[in-house]
Amino acid sequence: MSDKGTNDKQVFRLTRRKALKGLAAGLGALAFPGKDASASVWEAFFQKNFRELSRPERDRLLARLEKEYSAQFGKAVKVKASPPVEGVLFGYGLDLSRCIGCRRCEYGCVTENNQSRDPQIHWIRVLRLAKERGVDLEHAEHYYNPSNVPEEGYFYMPVQCHQCENAPCTKVCPVQATWKENDGIVVVDYNWCIGCRYCMAACPYGARHFNWKKPGLPAGEMNPDTHYLGNRPRPVGVVEKCTFCIQRTRELEGRYPACVEVCPVGARKFGNLLDPDSEIRYVIENKRVFILKEELNTQPKFYYFYSV
Amino acid sequence: MKKVWAFLKGCFVLLRKGSKIYYAWVTFLLALMVIGTMAYISQLYSGLIVTAMRDQVSWGFYISNFTFIVGVAAAAVLLVIPAYVYKWKPIKEIAILGELLAVSAMVMCLLFVTVDIGRPDRFWHLIPKIGILNFPQSLLAWDVVVLNMYLVLNFVIAGYMLYSLYYRRQPNMTYVLPFLLFSIPAAISIHTVTAFLYNGLAARPFWNASILAPRFLASAFCSGPAFMILLFQVIRKWTNFEIKDEAIFKVAELIAYAMFINLFLLGAEIFKEYYSDTAHLAPMKYLYQGLGGHSDLVSFIWTATIFNITAFLLFLIPQTRENYVTLNIGCILIFIGVYIEKGMGLVVPGFVPDVLGDFYEYSPTGIELLVTMGIWATGLFVYTMLLRIAIPIMNREFYVGDDGVHPFIGDQQFLFRRAEVAKGEVDILSQ
Repeated sequence: MSDKGTNDKQVFRLTRRKALKGLAAGLGALAFPGKDASASVWEAFFQKNFRELSRPERDRLLARLEKEYSAQFGKAVKVKASPPVEGVLFGYGLDLSRCIGCRRCEYGCVTENNQSRDPQIHWIRVLRLAKERGVDLEHAEHYYNPSNVPEEGYFYMPVQCHQCENAPCTKVCPVQATWKENDGIVVVDYNWCIGCRYCMAACPYGARHFNWKKPGLPAGEMNPDTHYLGNRPRPVGVVEKCTFCIQRTRELEGRYPACVEVCPVGARKFGNLLDPDSEIRYVIENKRVFILKEELNTQPKFYYFYSV
Repeated sequence: MKKVWAFLKGCFVLLRKGSKIYYAWVTFLLALMVIGTMAYISQLYSGLIVTAMRDQVSWGFYISNFTFIVGVAAAAVLLVIPAYVYKWKPIKEIAILGELLAVSAMVMCLLFVTVDIGRPDRFWHLIPKIGILNFPQSLLAWDVVVLNMYLVLNFVIAGYMLYSLYYRRQPNMTYVLPFLLFSIPAAISIHTVTAFLYNGLAARPFWNASILAPRFLASAFCSGPAFMILLFQVIRKWTNFEIKDEAIFKVAELIAYAMFINLFLLGAEIFKEYYSDTAHLAPMKYLYQGLGGHSDLVSFIWTATIFNITAFLLFLIPQTRENYVTLNIGCILIFIGVYIEKGMGLVVPGFVPDVLGDFYEYSPTGIELLVTMGIWATGLFVYTMLLRIAIPIMNREFYVGDDGVHPFIGDQQFLFRRAEVAKGEVDILSQ
């Protein structure tokens, strides 16, 4: 978020704070008997949109969440809020001629990003398509389950968030709980989302998922390296989605997203679109590339390509 | 301000008075509301997992009902136009019933949206200044604005008129008329905006057709008035409020035109999809024929289509339109037909097949049905209460007494001697 934006919100923030304080004083006295309990419940209830938090407010929030999650999962949980890196615009390439449909990316993603295990939420969905039909989604098989992949006569197409430049999902959100960051990643503030699911109706890639019940995340499987806008544990009743592993890719010693790392055939490429020497730029410039549902003008930063 | 308070106090006294039938009806509605509330509490406790909605079909029965009810509300305008633009007396006498229906319908709409969202505790995020309303970007933000505006508008208009009549004054039309005229575009706007909410999503070809908003309006002008015709007869029979035959027949005639446009637009849409036979045909095929072995909606949509066509013919022919048996059959057919077509028949095919070609067949769970029933009961309860006040006022049976403070209710002079009053009372709702 730019400084200009912060200044614009100054007046607005003060009025809101006043209003909330008044309300808090009135209702708080009635609703909450315990002193300590009231402070944290209250803070959580009246938390502002992430983009409007001042620096100290944000630090306090992250500290509170770390404390909460650490107690809940019985280990030291880190909640980062690393901002986008200057001069970086993330792009993703997926080699359809290599993908074997093993779904390791799908489950690698679940492990890394703390998705609910019960019910299962998968940010990646691998489709099995018949070679003779090509990319024909109407005949895609979502629930293929052979003993061995790849199968004769089929190819596989993993689909996840395309991190659209012209994102239909962020436009429709009635409360600005989801937005596109400067490095191109579309994120959700899970503490601001009201769960109306309009973004799910708007997304042409089925990339958004809803927590229909309290996510079932066993403490032993919880990944404690988290980002506020990414893989931290989610509350019930909010929407979540792929963030290109924001907790990994935004760090100075940047790491690949988990799905790139886990792919056994190297079908997944990831890098900085603004760096002319990056692998993703090489792919775009030298391979046969196509964009899923290009006619919708969503301008994804997710490119399917054929290396052979 | 003191007078408003006295008026409200009078209203509460009035609401408590009624025949056994009135009490039975209200108790029945309250019981349904309690059941609905309990179902909603269990949904709050477990999350929306208790519904049949899932990632593939992320909106279901609640939003279907919401969409249908917006149409019912918008239809009040069909009474306001002949009453106040054309100054046609028979309808002018009953226009207020339409406005009150709009108020009740808006309450239902807001409830349906509330029960559908995952975090109702964060509703305040929608309030500008305190939260962030993404206006004008999000069509849902537009919907929040126009629905609330329409609710307030109708409430203020009807409230002011009734308040004036209660104090034995003629309402000052120079104040009311601008609001009344504004309620016409406002009614059209609530429906247009709701249509645009779906219409603007390029990801869903079934909704992404520019014919959607006109079709919404046309079907709204069928279902709302059909409901009102039925209501008018109930009111005429169970209260001593006069509604002229010609008013009812005029409304029926308007329904015939609206239904013709609705069917014509539907035909235009079916032709375009089937003749061009593109990948976008899939949802339409799913709805009308079933696709890939999935055909839950087929029998419903054909029922709706047959009902709508039959009702159109009944309303088109003057002999059947002006015969109360066929007229009422037509109204019921339209109400059911549009409820299917504009509810589940509109919402669900937008999600089946989903954007990646997955099929998830949705049908509501018991909890969804109970919550929905509770909201319908709430709507009817609100409407009953509003009529309980409005009808005596318009019949000059409820107004401020000569002392200028205490209300006069019907033929009862002694408001505080309730035991005696209850015995000898001839309630307007049981006559």
